[in-house]
Amino acid sequence: METVPADGLIAASWLLIALPLAGAAVLLLGGRRTDRWGHLLGTGTVVAAFVLGLLCTLQLGGRRVDVDLFTFVSTGSLDVQAGLLFDPLSAVFVLLITGVGALIHVYSIGYMAHDPRRRRFFAYLNLFVAAMLLLVLGDNFVALYVGWEGVGLASYLLIAFWHERPSAATAAKKAFIMNRVGDVGLALAIFLMFAQLGTVSYDGVFGAVGTLAGGTVTAIGLLLLLGACGKSGQFPLQAWLPDAMEGPTPVSALIHAATMVTAGVYLIARCAPIYDETPTARAVVLAVGAITLMIGAIAGCAQDDIKKVLAYSTVSQIGYMFLAVGLGPVGYVAGLAHLLTHGFFKAGLFLGAGSVMHAMGDSVDMRRFGGLASRMKVTFVTFGLGYLALIGFPFLSGFYTKDAIIEAAFDRGDGWGYLLGGVAILAAGLTAFYMTRLMLMTFFGRPRWEPGVHPHESPTVMTAPMVLLAVGSVLAGFLLVVAFPLESWLTPVFGEPEEAEHVVAPLVVSVLVTVVMALGVLTAWLFVGRREVPVTAPVRVSPVTRAARRALYADAVNESLFMRPGQWLTRALVFVDNRGVDGAVNGLAATLGGSSSRLGRTQTGFVRSYALSMLGGAVVVAGALLAVTAG
Amino acid sequence: MIEAPALSLAALAPLLCVFGAACVGVLVEAFAPRDVRHPVQVAIALVGTLGGLVTSLLLVGERQVTAGGALAVDGAAVFLQATIAGLGALSLLLFAERSLDPARSAFVAAAAVPAGSPRDRELMTAPRVQTEVYPLATFAIGGMMLFVAANDLLVMFVALEVLSLPLYLISGMARRRRLLSQEAAVKYFLLGAFASAFFLYGLALVYGATGSIRLSAIREASAGEAGGGVLLVLGLALLVVGLMFKASVAPFHAWTPDVYQGAPTPVTAFMAACTKVAAFGAILRLLYVAFGTSEWTWRPLVYGIAIVSMVVGAVLGLTQTDLKRMLAYSSIAHAGFLLTGVLGYGGGADGTGSGLGATMFYLLAYGLTTIGAFAVLTLVRDGDGEATHLSTWAGLGRRSPLTAAVMALFLLALAGIPLTSGFTGKFAVFRAAIDDGAWPLVLVALLASAVAAFFYLRVIVLMYFSEPAADGPTVGVPGLPTTLVLAVTVTATVVLGVVPGAVLDLAEQAAIFVG
Repeated sequence: METVPADGLIAASWLLIALPLAGAAVLLLGGRRTDRWGHLLGTGTVVAAFVLGLLCTLQLGGRRVDVDLFTFVSTGSLDVQAGLLFDPLSAVFVLLITGVGALIHVYSIGYMAHDPRRRRFFAYLNLFVAAMLLLVLGDNFVALYVGWEGVGLASYLLIAFWHERPSAATAAKKAFIMNRVGDVGLALAIFLMFAQLGTVSYDGVFGAVGTLAGGTVTAIGLLLLLGACGKSGQFPLQAWLPDAMEGPTPVSALIHAATMVTAGVYLIARCAPIYDETPTARAVVLAVGAITLMIGAIAGCAQDDIKKVLAYSTVSQIGYMFLAVGLGPVGYVAGLAHLLTHGFFKAGLFLGAGSVMHAMGDSVDMRRFGGLASRMKVTFVTFGLGYLALIGFPFLSGFYTKDAIIEAAFDRGDGWGYLLGGVAILAAGLTAFYMTRLMLMTFFGRPRWEPGVHPHESPTVMTAPMVLLAVGSVLAGFLLVVAFPLESWLTPVFGEPEEAEHVVAPLVVSVLVTVVMALGVLTAWLFVGRREVPVTAPVRVSPVTRAARRALYADAVNESLFMRPGQWLTRALVFVDNRGVDGAVNGLAATLGGSSSRLGRTQTGFVRSYALSMLGGAVVVAGALLAVTAG
Repeated sequence: MIEAPALSLAALAPLLCVFGAACVGVLVEAFAPRDVRHPVQVAIALVGTLGGLVTSLLLVGERQVTAGGALAVDGAAVFLQATIAGLGALSLLLFAERSLDPARSAFVAAAAVPAGSPRDRELMTAPRVQTEVYPLATFAIGGMMLFVAANDLLVMFVALEVLSLPLYLISGMARRRRLLSQEAAVKYFLLGAFASAFFLYGLALVYGATGSIRLSAIREASAGEAGGGVLLVLGLALLVVGLMFKASVAPFHAWTPDVYQGAPTPVTAFMAACTKVAAFGAILRLLYVAFGTSEWTWRPLVYGIAIVSMVVGAVLGLTQTDLKRMLAYSSIAHAGFLLTGVLGYGGGADGTGSGLGATMFYLLAYGLTTIGAFAVLTLVRDGDGEATHLSTWAGLGRRSPLTAAVMALFLLALAGIPLTSGFTGKFAVFRAAIDDGAWPLVLVALLASAVAAFFYLRVIVLMYFSEPAADGPTVGVPGLPTTLVLAVTVTATVVLGVVPGAVLDLAEQAAIFVG
């Protein structure tokens, strides 16, 4: 579909990025002077961006709008334009980022109230929102890449926000390095596009992708997928995401659950024209999604850290989204709908977890929780609604969107379709299990609190966003699938939806999923709810539990496969650097310095020798010219 | 009876503005009372140069040969005239700074008083300021603007002298370290006279070979049999030597460090920026218009000289301990980079290569940055005037973060780091050279840039990562003129680095020679 030039408010959509960016700049450059009102400014810019984004979306009405900003470089054949693309897909993300972002900013006012570096926290959050908006609004891959790196930077800064804790500093480094691996893939994909097509704009690349050789398209698709896996915590780059929970909880809610980690899904959905050309890469996307959703679900069953359970749940749910977008045209809308509902309920769950931690003296160990339902009623109810939405309780958000993905998987019709659908249903059962376990260990049973902990409900500034997100968790699925179908809104991006031929009737799928979900809940009740929860984790457990506790040995694999060889490699390189490269560089520097002082001696200060050097130069010049003409 | 040549006053307006202001300045010097002279002179000089800037901007798109064929008013001439007038106005603002030096001026009160005599010591602290520098500098600016528009060799020579003589004089007018300043002036004068003689001899040989001093006529003659013969080639060699001296291209650079160091810093800024623009304007016009058809005669020569200049500038810059001398070698290296752009001629009839536009953009970017860098040098002072020794700048970043940050920006721009004007300029000239097949030269240029980056970055390291010396210099609070200059140059350095599109286009469109 053609793009149209920007008009009305959409022409000002660059403000969406500029507002939070200005907020971050003021807060970082303003220093302590802004301590008193910094958090209000930070929240204000995001709220303003949300209002602007909403108005722009209302004006959009199914068009694709190109917003020309400025020409960065234009010399000869090199032409780098800076522009934004405001289309239904980016509009959806803008609303998610600014909407959930605004709520989490408000929540953070309360959550970070006693932190001496609260202003800095809001500055980084604003920086994140600006970078994330650039990521989804850019009209070319370079803008996307700048945003991609920007959110990576903000994520790094925020995971390490309490950098005095060694675990936080390590987690930030781990996230940064594993993201680098993915980013290299994205960068290579962009280089490859530029080398092959001479352009990096979406329109240019997608228009010409059909002319490329099949192998090239597959390579681009796989490299983009590598980037997406790094950012979204997908197999084999999933290990950083649970560790990233060392950051403050609002960060986990905004960046590591609702928005940044879904950037990979955005990338693949945005690059749909590329994946349409390469079934191989698409099959790999499917495989990555299926593997990850199982890994996340299994690991989530054995964690005792409330945030880690939610983190593995995020890994698993993004696996669902990858599975969906890997299915091709039938899956894009399902995946994006799940992304949006997940954004609501997972952000709500994290905020609830933050509220619990706030009450329990920053403890995250669920074995020391229990019986909080009566002490924290608002948190319990909002968290409970998020929980029901996540496990796919009928007619709540997750029910609509997860079922759609499973249906789409079955609709492939072949054996793979059944396998993927089966895996997805099984994971739905596991989801019900680990989330019910979390609910039971946190809110029910006998209190197992540490001495001196007095749980209390959080202040309104924190509970209000939780309530709003809970409302979203309940309604979003119905609104996006039934009332105002996302499918028709996204038609300008993905084309007219095909009427799917259902292999298994949707009703059967729903019933099956619901039954498996109920089984999961029941199992959790039998294993966790009926018995007393030991305060320390039992040591004598089955090998399966042990493997699940260690997240299927992902860290061990990374360590033995990459870290150790990497360390040997660095040692070898340091040796070569010290002996070889440094020697060459120092030698070169000494040579240059020596010749500099020797040459410097010609600068005697005497006019006569200067004149002589000029005369010599003139003779050489004349001689050379004569030689050239004579020769 | 000789008929008066046809004159287009409109096309000459920029020159008339500047020369007019200079003449009025001389009259003011003679008749106005001493206490009002300074503001009046500054006002006249600024009105003249800014008038020159505005009128040349109004001439954009003009293409004509006027004054009996002696002057070419074309895209390149207008662009360079505007550049010179603008940079000249900024330099004049630096001249007019009165709040930095305790004696209220960077210029000696009475240049004729022997240095070190009792009268000199008396005048040293007297609040008397000297105002002859303004008309002198305005004449130099006028000469430079004439230089880049000269369409025959004789006018070019006259312009060369008009711009040079005032420069020799004002180089010797430093208020402090007067002997150093006078020595610099004498050296500059002697060597400048030597170079002028080369130019004049070359002119005579070319006239002998072609029978004309008109650039277009030389072009036709040299396109004839055997490229015009030995006389013409020798003449070209000598003309090039004369011009390269002014552009401080190695091996004709020997005067540059001594004169840059000795001259009052505002004058150094003026020379580094405006003289460079004027000299390269003349080199471009001479090579492209008069010898455009015999490109293969001068191409290997310029190729070699560019390499020598880049290498000499970059390597000698490494061991300098005085910031003004360091910037002098930087200027020599930049002359080499500019010659790289000159090579992007493309061999077309009217400069189809992108070299002309790229070189003009580079000149503008380099001029603005270098004026800014010298302006920062005027701020950092100790009891003996400006503290230009490298060691005194240690830890400046801690003592005066803003000054250090501004200087760091200029140094990064001189080193050609992306997002500064220096990068855009280098990118443009290197690209032009590569388009014309001169990639080995660009390779050398990149290596020279890397070497030169060392001495720029060393200053930054010194400012930010060293302990401040106990008796280090103080950073003066600049008055309005210097503040204005710094604001303009900082803005331009960043803007031309981040959104250079418009100005690059302008330079590209202005890349037209007539004649």
